[in-house]
Amino acid sequence: MSGRVLVGVKRVIDYAVKIRVKPDNSAVVTDGVKHSMNPFCEIAVEEAVKLKEKKLVKEVVAVSCGPQQSQETIRTALAMGADRGIHVEVSGKDYESLGPLQVSKIMAALAKKEEAQFIILGKQAIDDDCNQTGQMTAALLDWPQGTFASEVSLEGDKVMVVREIDGGLETIRINTPAVLTADLRLNTPRYATLPNIMKAKKKKIANVKPADLGVDLTSRLEVLRVEEPPQRQAGMKVETVEDLVAKLRDAGKV
Amino acid sequence: MAVLGPLSRISRLGCNLCRNHRLVLNRSSQKRGISSGIDPSYGLTDEQKEFQKVAFDFAANEMAPHMAEWDQKEIFPVETMRKAAQLGFGGIYVRPEVGGSGLSRLDTSIIFEALSTGCVSTTAYISIHNMCAWMIDTFGNDEQRKKFCPDLCSMEKFASYCLTEPGSGSDAASLLTSAQRKGDHYILNGSKAFISGGGDTDVYVVMCRTGSKGPKGISCLVVEKGTPGLSFGKKEKKVGWNSQPTRAVIFEDCAVPVTCRLGNEGQGFNIAMKGLNGGRINIASCSLGAAHASVLLARDHLLVRKQFGETLANNQFLQFKLAEMATKLVASRLLVREAATALQENRADAVSLCSMAKLFVTDECFNICNQALQMHGGYGYLKDYAVQQFVRDIRVHQILEGTNEVMRMIISRNLLTES
Repeated sequence: MSGRVLVGVKRVIDYAVKIRVKPDNSAVVTDGVKHSMNPFCEIAVEEAVKLKEKKLVKEVVAVSCGPQQSQETIRTALAMGADRGIHVEVSGKDYESLGPLQVSKIMAALAKKEEAQFIILGKQAIDDDCNQTGQMTAALLDWPQGTFASEVSLEGDKVMVVREIDGGLETIRINTPAVLTADLRLNTPRYATLPNIMKAKKKKIANVKPADLGVDLTSRLEVLRVEEPPQRQAGMKVETVEDLVAKLRDAGKV
Repeated sequence: MAVLGPLSRISRLGCNLCRNHRLVLNRSSQKRGISSGIDPSYGLTDEQKEFQKVAFDFAANEMAPHMAEWDQKEIFPVETMRKAAQLGFGGIYVRPEVGGSGLSRLDTSIIFEALSTGCVSTTAYISIHNMCAWMIDTFGNDEQRKKFCPDLCSMEKFASYCLTEPGSGSDAASLLTSAQRKGDHYILNGSKAFISGGGDTDVYVVMCRTGSKGPKGISCLVVEKGTPGLSFGKKEKKVGWNSQPTRAVIFEDCAVPVTCRLGNEGQGFNIAMKGLNGGRINIASCSLGAAHASVLLARDHLLVRKQFGETLANNQFLQFKLAEMATKLVASRLLVREAATALQENRADAVSLCSMAKLFVTDECFNICNQALQMHGGYGYLKDYAVQQFVRDIRVHQILEGTNEVMRMIISRNLLTES
């Protein structure tokens, strides 16, 4: 086994920023807005670096798909301990319509090219909340998937994954190579240290075009309209349970 | 009826003019890519932005949630500071071969400014610790550097800077703590006042008199806690800076090996002053962080609090006050960063710029934080709100590391002796 891990990192609007919708309702405002690495991607990077520190994998490669600024996100991953980066250049209209289907095709192509043993992704991105890329990538590669992972341990050439599901925790054992997606409780991402930030400058980031990987970026989706959530309406107080049930019936909720 | 037409048009025009002061919260400024100018990451290199990001994240996650408790309970947050040291914040401008991070003064300023938004008092102590580590790294011989710097950079051990005495503050060169040479030891007698970290720290960088009167008779000794004859006064009760203990440091026939002297006899005052140049930039940077946090708090409050039927943000006086605060904040930031660059490059104007930066920035940032408190109204006076702690914590920055009056002495002296 190559001992190589691909970690996908996505550049998203920072979680603390107040999101605004563009006046033409076509999209969310991103110009001049603070961006950072998707929090679940940070957890994914941390897990990959931990595996390397335990000497269970040999190399961690951080991958990001997007415009020039995506390189900042890759640098953050390098400062956390990734060995090198791959920047898949996607910009303009292609970037606006970039979604899980396209990214999973890219990740699958890179996994074959790099002979990766693992792909670790965040379970979802905080901008689109799709929760699809990991699953689609596994399907395209015909690899097993351990999604919503809150615990990962390697056992020879198999992986034990504890998954957070609606009913509680599910433990599965899957073969490698495999796709894993990180859930919140998998680990606590480390801060980059000052020396690591300086070392990251020397690490390489390769530039790749989707066409070089033979990936077609056309989207099957068209965004019709983006709107803010409706303003919260005032509630009303009722005196008795009968009142409450009657009002719920009137509103068609019951 | 005809007369009503023009009248109603005029009154509508008047209404429009009155409405000018009202905030039009359309997204126009974001569409045109216009920003407020107060973002501290403008003009920085990508690497500096990374340093700043780590410092901001650390401040928000590890310091800000505890800042009030550390202040109220007077806790010296050793574990948190050691976590900061693991990231490289223990010896930011100390050379890497003895465990430091080897960064520039500007990088340091950026880091302390960001950390300060989480807790001014703790960040200010970390900056004093850094200053001491740098003094040993720069003026110590190889043995001394290897002995002290690695532990200081990892914050395995903590340091204190001892210059001020009960009888000599601004007139630092008149200090009286004596160091009599006896064989291969100096015997120290005297006391230091207002020592940050005093009693809880391990390594004391002490300016003492080995020669005759005046600055040329002063040397710099490194004294370790536990040395017989070294004791401490009671912990002082302060208005702010409560996450660091302040005590008198007392020497009674305290024997210190000659091998612990940094540099030559008579070089101590020079070492102390060189340390303070950087210390002044660091303290000014801490004031900057507090002011930045206070401006953000004030802005948020103005957008939320309503009186007289509208948000405070529609009040022209408050709009203008906020504008003044933001302008002084940015001016302060530019001055500190220029002083840091001058010091890094060893420019001839470095000392003057460091003094100017300390003077201007500590004064202006205190005013900014104070104004922010005022804008919060009664809430600003409650300890539940952070703005009062920023005010209390940075008030002392106008006094220590050289009072702002002494800064004026330095600046005017350099001006008048220039020609």
